[in-house]
Amino acid sequence: MTVLVGYVPTPEGDAAFAAGLAEAVRRAEDLVVLNSPRGGAVVSADVAAPEVIDRLTADAAAASVSLTVRQDAHADDLADAVVRVADELSVSVIVIGIRRRSAVGKLLLGSSAQRILLDANRPVLAVKP
Amino acid sequence: MDLTPVLDGFGVVFQPTNLLYCLIGVVVGMLVGVLPGLGPAATIAILLPVTFGIEPVTAIIMLAGIFYGAQYGGTITSVLLRLPGEASSVVTVFDGHAMARQGKAGTALGIAAIGSFIGGTVSIIAMSLLAPLVASFALDFGPPEYTALALLGILLVSTVSSGHRLKAIIAACVGLLLATVGRDGFTSVERFTLDNLSLADGLDFVPIAMGLFGLGEILYNLEERHRAAQAPATVANVWPSRKDLRQSSGAIGRGSVIGFVLGILPGGGAVLSSLAAYAVEKRRAKDPSRFGKGAVEGVAAPETANNAAATSSFIPLLTLGIPANATMAVIFGALLIQGVSPGPQLVSEEPELFWGVVNSMYLGNILLLIMSIPLVGLFVKILRVRPTILAPITVLITLIGVYTVNNDVFDIVLVIVFGALGYLMKKLGFDPGPLVLAFVLGSLLEDSLRRSLLIFDGDATGFFARPISGTLLAAFVIVAILPGVRALLRRRARSRNEELV
Repeated sequence: MTVLVGYVPTPEGDAAFAAGLAEAVRRAEDLVVLNSPRGGAVVSADVAAPEVIDRLTADAAAASVSLTVRQDAHADDLADAVVRVADELSVSVIVIGIRRRSAVGKLLLGSSAQRILLDANRPVLAVKP
Repeated sequence: MDLTPVLDGFGVVFQPTNLLYCLIGVVVGMLVGVLPGLGPAATIAILLPVTFGIEPVTAIIMLAGIFYGAQYGGTITSVLLRLPGEASSVVTVFDGHAMARQGKAGTALGIAAIGSFIGGTVSIIAMSLLAPLVASFALDFGPPEYTALALLGILLVSTVSSGHRLKAIIAACVGLLLATVGRDGFTSVERFTLDNLSLADGLDFVPIAMGLFGLGEILYNLEERHRAAQAPATVANVWPSRKDLRQSSGAIGRGSVIGFVLGILPGGGAVLSSLAAYAVEKRRAKDPSRFGKGAVEGVAAPETANNAAATSSFIPLLTLGIPANATMAVIFGALLIQGVSPGPQLVSEEPELFWGVVNSMYLGNILLLIMSIPLVGLFVKILRVRPTILAPITVLITLIGVYTVNNDVFDIVLVIVFGALGYLMKKLGFDPGPLVLAFVLGSLLEDSLRRSLLIFDGDATGFFARPISGTLLAAFVIVAILPGVRALLRRRARSRNEELV
């Protein structure tokens, strides 16, 4: 069994990673970090740079947790991608970072966190930075 | 040399409208330089209808700005993302990205910008001295000389440019064939019109260029390559140290000369000159193994050369009326739309246009030098736009644009047909450049060929009786048979070796 962290290089993502790492230690399970940008564009702010991944790897090694980083791009929807990977690996818990988004913002842009909470058929741990 | 027209040219440049369009041109140029896939030829083709409503000088100032601005922009993605935005920045990837990985991205970009500026400026000064001389020499050219020049130009563009030589020649022949469509100027016979009234006046240049370069490239990019996205790079420490500058000064000097010379040659241009400048630096270096691992000369030389070449490739266009590469062919078309026929008379009869365009390049290069470094972050952000959003907008602009030129739906059909052709050509490895160039030169070639045959009373040996056309045709024959001879020699050498064994 594994712990899945939905990661983006933001404070929310870092909070999710920290919580996911703690969860993996507590459960004595492997950690999988999914950093999934939207495919198509050449550059995406959602991609974790190699230095960031090095830092995550170092943190995981310090906690002696085995870490896999996946950076497969998604074509359609981030929430679908997270749930799909969770099902594929049959993870025991999904860890995501959440942030405040206004009602109008949610109406216009939607909320990936909400979609993951509703769509995943396994426990989801939502963390605030 | 009379300096009055040169100074008048500066007066033209500093008119507010021209300043504005120069700025627009270089900004758009940098943008398309950054975007991989969309090159200057495609952009200028798409923007052809925009130039319809503005003054000829202003239009060409803007289009020229796009061309040399793209040389600056292509560097940015080469260095930061290992992804050449332009074909002319491919060699910059080797050392530029290596420097970026060592944390010296700013130095690489700074050296490239300074080199580009120096290369461009040297090339403009050399052009200001050389172009009037070439033009006054070319004033004596008659139809036979133009026949030879057009033939040589088409052949050189097809054979010198990168890619498959035979395929390029096939594309050029198709271009020549397309140029014959319409009513014959000498006998008024309709050729290849299929009894279609819209084809009676021949194929227009604008829909062909917009289809082959614009639509064709957009379609080709859409289907392509799902490469993984990268994290946006950050740039710090932009100013190159004095040591870097000293180290690259030789490379910048040599790059300027190589770029200027290769830019004038048909088929040379920015791509070839950047490759040549890189090769020269690598050969001259005391320690060639440094190249590919972040040698500062490996960035300075090709970037200087491609800008120098982008500038000097205007010489054959503005003095002889012969475009040296695909982008120049599109600018040639833009001049024709404006009712200006480029040729040796341009310098003497339209000095304001000639010197206005030439002198605007000084200003454009200064603007690019100022903008290129602080705006790097902004330009990299452009790459976050997905092609699925960009492509439909560009296609729409292309189709609306071509319609506005003649208000004719037939032109839209032509763009779509040639867009499909351009897509298929790219897919099968044919470069559309020679086709467009041959199409542009086709009517010139046919006109001057038939006129010279009238002069010679149908005796084709007359071409060799005139010194200039004879020399040019001899050069044509040499260029044409050289690859065959070389292949023959190689085969012979190989067979001799086999005999020995």
